[in-house]
Amino acid sequence: MSDSAPSTSYLIKGARVLGGDAIDMLLADGVVAALGADAARSAESDVETVDAAGLIALPGLVDLHTHLREPGREDAETVDSGSAAAAVGGFTAVHAMANTDPVADTAGVVEQVWHLGRRAGLCDVHPVGAVTVGLGGSQLAELGAMAESAARVRVFSDDGKCVSDAVLMRRALEYVKAFDGVVAQHAQEPRLTEAAQMNEGSVSAVLGLRGWPAVAEESVIARDVLLAGHVGSRLHVCHVSTAGSVEILRWAKGKGIDVTAEVTPHHLFLTDENVRSYDPRFKVNPPLRTQDDVDALREGLADGTIDAVATDHAPHSLEDKDCEWAAAAMGMTGLETAVGIVAAAMVDTGLLDWAGVADRMSRRPARIGRLAGQGRPIEVGEPANVTLIDSETRYTVDPKAMASRSRNTPYAGQDLSARPVATFLRGRLTASEGVVRR
Amino acid sequence: MTRHLLSAADLTRDDATLILDTADELARVSDRPVKKLPTLRGRTVVNLFFEDSTRTRISFEAAAKRLSADVINFSAKGSSVSKGESLKDTALTLEAMGADAVVIRHPASGAPHTLAHSGWIGGSIVNAGDGTHEHPTQALLDAFTMRRHLSSLDGRKVVIVGDVLHSRVARSNVLLLSTLGADVTLVAPPTLLPVGVEQWPCAYSYDLDASLEGADAVMMLRVQRERMDAAFFPSAREYSRRYGLDAERMERLPGEAIIMHPGPMNRGLEITAAVADSDRAVIVEQVTNGVSVRMAVLYLLLGGSDSALGGVE
Repeated sequence: MSDSAPSTSYLIKGARVLGGDAIDMLLADGVVAALGADAARSAESDVETVDAAGLIALPGLVDLHTHLREPGREDAETVDSGSAAAAVGGFTAVHAMANTDPVADTAGVVEQVWHLGRRAGLCDVHPVGAVTVGLGGSQLAELGAMAESAARVRVFSDDGKCVSDAVLMRRALEYVKAFDGVVAQHAQEPRLTEAAQMNEGSVSAVLGLRGWPAVAEESVIARDVLLAGHVGSRLHVCHVSTAGSVEILRWAKGKGIDVTAEVTPHHLFLTDENVRSYDPRFKVNPPLRTQDDVDALREGLADGTIDAVATDHAPHSLEDKDCEWAAAAMGMTGLETAVGIVAAAMVDTGLLDWAGVADRMSRRPARIGRLAGQGRPIEVGEPANVTLIDSETRYTVDPKAMASRSRNTPYAGQDLSARPVATFLRGRLTASEGVVRR
Repeated sequence: MTRHLLSAADLTRDDATLILDTADELARVSDRPVKKLPTLRGRTVVNLFFEDSTRTRISFEAAAKRLSADVINFSAKGSSVSKGESLKDTALTLEAMGADAVVIRHPASGAPHTLAHSGWIGGSIVNAGDGTHEHPTQALLDAFTMRRHLSSLDGRKVVIVGDVLHSRVARSNVLLLSTLGADVTLVAPPTLLPVGVEQWPCAYSYDLDASLEGADAVMMLRVQRERMDAAFFPSAREYSRRYGLDAERMERLPGEAIIMHPGPMNRGLEITAAVADSDRAVIVEQVTNGVSVRMAVLYLLLGGSDSALGGVE
């Protein structure tokens, strides 16, 4: 994608690329123009200097799973406000899920979302196309038309609903091979989860909330990896949430099946114990699981069984959360807290270093989404997509300070230590210090 | 005492004993020609019912009125989840009217918890049954009834039979009765026990006949016929055969054992008419005791002091 050339060049001084040694870098003309001693030497006189001493520099983050709600629920989020939240959160590309109203199941809708993203100009917005018409699970949407549209869709998903029909799933997996697409499955066996409210286990038994068994996710993943292996297709699994799912994925990868998977920050950090509050901000699909699941997901992300962190940023209006549990909508915001939560779950625990975070939050998701100009290393000549992270200053999450239009974060009042402080999209500053820059 | 009564788990052994002892004293009011105490005069109790339950509502209503409280019945059936007025707006309305206590029955598990912790309303919240979560005053009246017949609950064997999975009565009873020292055994087909039941403070079994041995009290839960459409059991007949209480099973119970049911009963399904109408059954007495126990709960939550009970003596 081409932007008008940025007018400002940035000399970023003393950032630790991937958490390594401090180094200077020059961002000019949309690319990383120079690194190290060359950076200052090559800088023009009108360069803007950024003191990045102690900050971590990562390639711009890429989210495979974001709900931007437009068209249809602009009261909860718009492409513009969601792009702002993404930029503040350190992202330079997001995939906008298809469950809008109307559903993104035609070239027309995905082009609309794509154009709105271009207009906002704060991060690359890549629409996800629906697999089936209206997310109805019965008829394939025009996947080819969406792939060939201006939006160049490569990720297809009925997220929010599972493509539960085995034949339809098989056909979708096969069909998208023609344009190097991938089906991103929301793995949830529908009959096992009718009216389900939370993870089925000892906590649901006490709270009297309808259980959502792990097997409802695992059985679909097991079926899908076998299908993908059988037809030689690429499969991506959305928001993996159970220890059993990690085991199945590990087995499938061991067999050489072309499967990738993502995990959300909240499934790495929260458990069904949080639901004891009956606070609907903890109501999410898939549900929060147990500590054993959290531990297995962290391990799976660390060893690469799980390829990527994806936020599943799901903004909801106040009235959809300010109510009793059963009446509340499922989902939580995540773009602006992803770095802090991933650092707390993975970096502070020694499971991943910052290079590993860059791999799981930038390089691999960009590859899964087939985004050529994202997830690239910070090297001379590469697109200047860079996120600077302060990993040392403690702060408290304040929902009111967020750029998202919605406030349904489960982390209000949570103390965290890592936070994105500047985001550059092809050399242009899109956010700094928690505020979007237009 | 806590300010709200949301779960039987909120009650310590001392709390529960205080409620039961207070109910004992208040029960004497019901034996008098004038069944009224001035204790809650000028206080307002709202019965907020989002789901039909005439029995529970009139029990709470009688309890509040016998303590001279002003009672407002607010029937809001279908008005929350079905896109009418939200729970929040209903709560704000009640707050504006000055409710001192809100007795809430709601189809959503946790709704009383949400009401108590939302900041929407200042009064005491009493859970009168929420979804498939809890029904603590039912457990209290059951414990009260058992205590009257068995004197102490310590070491007593209580068998609770039926649809535990969907039963708020069972959840509250397990918590309260175990707090009071009873040994509880749940009996149900495996489909009607929740995943995770093994961590509850009780035993469980799939075998009714084996479990009835040595029982001091048997509590039969209501089983909805619709459950068989969702394959929880094959047929009403098979359910009755395996888990229903009939005269033959009753005969095998120890002589002093009592038979309970929270009502409304499905005669012929979980309990036969012969058992329900036998003199082992204390089902009508449970209803009577419900008023005394709810009087005690309202009295203690609304800050009644022990001395105010002097008039009962």
